Amino acid sequence: MKVPVRITVNGRLIEREVEPRLLLVHFIRVFAELTGTKVGCDTSQCGSCTVLIDGVSAKSCTTLAVQADGADVKTIEGLADGEKLHPLQESFWNKHGLQCGFCTPGMILASHELLRTNASPSDEEIRHGLEGNLCRCTGYQNIVRAVRDAAGAMAAAEE
Amino acid sequence: MFAADFEYYRAGSVAEAGQLLAAHPGAKLLAGGHSLIPLLKLRLAAPAAVIDIGRIAELRGISADDDGLRIGALTTHAEIAASDAVKEHAAALAEAASQIGDPAVRNRGTIGGNLAHADPASDLPTVLAALGATLTVAGKDGERSVDVGDFFTGVMMTSLGENDLLTAIRVPSAAGRGTAYVKFSHPASRYAVIGVAVALGIGTKGGGWISKIKGEPKETVCTDAAVAIGGLVPKPLRCSGVEAALNDQAPSDETFGAAAAAVTGDLGDDLLGDVFASGDYRKAVAPVYVQRALAAAAERAGQA
Ligand SMILES: Cc1cc2nc3c(=O)[nH]c(=O)nc-3n(C[C@H](O)[C@H](O)[C@H](O)COP(=O)(O)OP(=O)(O)OC[C@H]3O[C@@H](n4cnc5c(N)ncnc54)[C@H](O)[C@@H]3O)c2cc1C
Ligand code: FES
Ligand code: FES
Repeated sequence: MKVPVRITVNGRLIEREVEPRLLLVHFIRVFAELTGTKVGCDTSQCGSCTVLIDGVSAKSCTTLAVQADGADVKTIEGLADGEKLHPLQESFWNKHGLQCGFCTPGMILASHELLRTNASPSDEEIRHGLEGNLCRCTGYQNIVRAVRDAAGAMAAAEE
Repeated sequence: MFAADFEYYRAGSVAEAGQLLAAHPGAKLLAGGHSLIPLLKLRLAAPAAVIDIGRIAELRGISADDDGLRIGALTTHAEIAASDAVKEHAAALAEAASQIGDPAVRNRGTIGGNLAHADPASDLPTVLAALGATLTVAGKDGERSVDVGDFFTGVMMTSLGENDLLTAIRVPSAAGRGTAYVKFSHPASRYAVIGVAVALGIGTKGGGWISKIKGEPKETVCTDAAVAIGGLVPKPLRCSGVEAALNDQAPSDETFGAAAAAVTGDLGDDLLGDVFASGDYRKAVAPVYVQRALAAAAERAGQA
C-alpha cells in the first residue's frame, strides 16, 4: 500500500506516494534531498534526527512521514535567513559548540525548542532541555555556553 | 530500521476509528507513536494495519470543573506539563509529565498512548493510581468507565479489548491536598526505575468536647493519604500499608520515615529488575523515594 503525502520542507512543498512505514527522517533525506538531519541511534535516544514539525521539535526517526502529512517541517538547512545564520548557528560556531558536527543539527533544533519555551534559561535548564540529545565529542560545556550566548543575542535583537 | 509493511488508515473521528478497528482485526492504533513506532521498527510488533487516531480533534484538550479534570486521550505530555488547570487540581500529574523522556518525546507522546501501552516503567499510570482517576473507553457497545485500579492487568497489559479506544481520563481534583511525584530516572532512557506518587491532606484531630474534658489538645494530622508506586512492579500499586501508617498521624519526619518503611511490605515479591537495577536493589531504595514524595506532598499540603 502506498499513501500520498504532502510535506513542506523548509518552505518547499514535496508530494510523494510513500509506504506508510517510511520514517520522516528518510522522507527528508531521500525525497527532500537534505542530509543535514542525521540518523544516529535510530532508537529515539540520541536526538540527532531532531526537526521542527509545525514549529515544535520532534524526533524524525520516531515519526512516520504519513504523520507529518500536511505539516510544515523545518530542518537545519532551513534555519538561516538566506546568507545570515540563525543566532544559534552563530553561537555554536563562536563558542565551539561542535567538533565532529554529527550531533549539531539536532542539538541546534533542540536548543531552538528550548528557547521557544523558555527565552532565558539557566545553565541547569539548558542541560535539562537538551537531555534528549547526545554528543560524543564536546563534553557539552561549550554547547551550554553556545545556547546561553544565543539566548542573550536573541533577547538583545528583540529589544 | 524499517518496520514491516502495514496498511495505513487515518480516522477522522472516534466513530470512524471504531469502524476501522472492526474492519481490520488485529490492527494497532497509532497516537503519538512514541511507544508503537519503536516496537514496529524492532519488529516486536508487526500488525497488518495501523489506524492513525492522531488527528481526532475531539480527543484533544484539558477541561476543568469543580470535580476535577477531563483530559482527552490525545493530549500530549508537554500540554499536560504546561497546563495551569492540571497544576491546580493535580500538581503531581504535571510534575510527572514534565519528567517524561525529553522535550521532543513530550511534544508527541500522549497520555492515552502512555496508559494503553502500560509499560511498568511509565510515569503517568502511577500518578493516576494515586489520584484515583477514571478512564473513559469507547468500545463496540458504546462508552464505559473503568477505574484506574481495574485498568492495568500486568506488564504491558490492560483491560482494553480489541475494539476499544481510550477517549478520556477523568482526574478528581486533589486541590486541598498536597500532591507530588518523585522519580528515580533511568540515567539513559529516563524511564522510571522507581516512581512514587502521593496525595496527602493535612487536617486536625481532637479539639471536640471529649478531648476538652480529657484535656487533650487539638492535633495536626495527615488525612486522606493516597500513595502509589511504579517502576519496580508489573502494574502501579497502591500502598495500603504506607497509607495506613500516615492517616491520623502527625505530619513529621518520624511519621514519614515509618510510613515509607512500610512500602517493603506493600511491594511483596513480584518485583521487576534489569541489568541496571535488580528487583532487590529497587526494593531496598524504594523507601527513600517514598519518604521524599511524602515530604514534598506534605509541604504542598501546608501551602494549600
Ligand atoms: C526516548 C523515549 C523516552 C521515554 N521516556 C519515558 C518516560 O520517562 N516515562 C514515560 O512514562 N514514558 C516514556 N516514554 C514513552 C512515551 O511516554 C510514549 O509517548 C507513551 O508511552 C505512548 O504514547 P503515544 O501517544 O506515543 O502512543 P503510541 O506509541 O501511538 O501508542 C502506544 C500504544 O497504545 C495504543 N494506543 C494509543 N492511543 C490509544 C488510545 N487512545 N486508545 C487505545 N489504545 C491506544 C497503541 O495502539 C499502542 O499499542 C518514552 C518514549 C521514548 C521514545
Ligand atoms: S536517530 Fe532519532 S533519536 Fe537518534
Ligand atoms: S560534535 Fe561530535 S557528536 Fe557532538
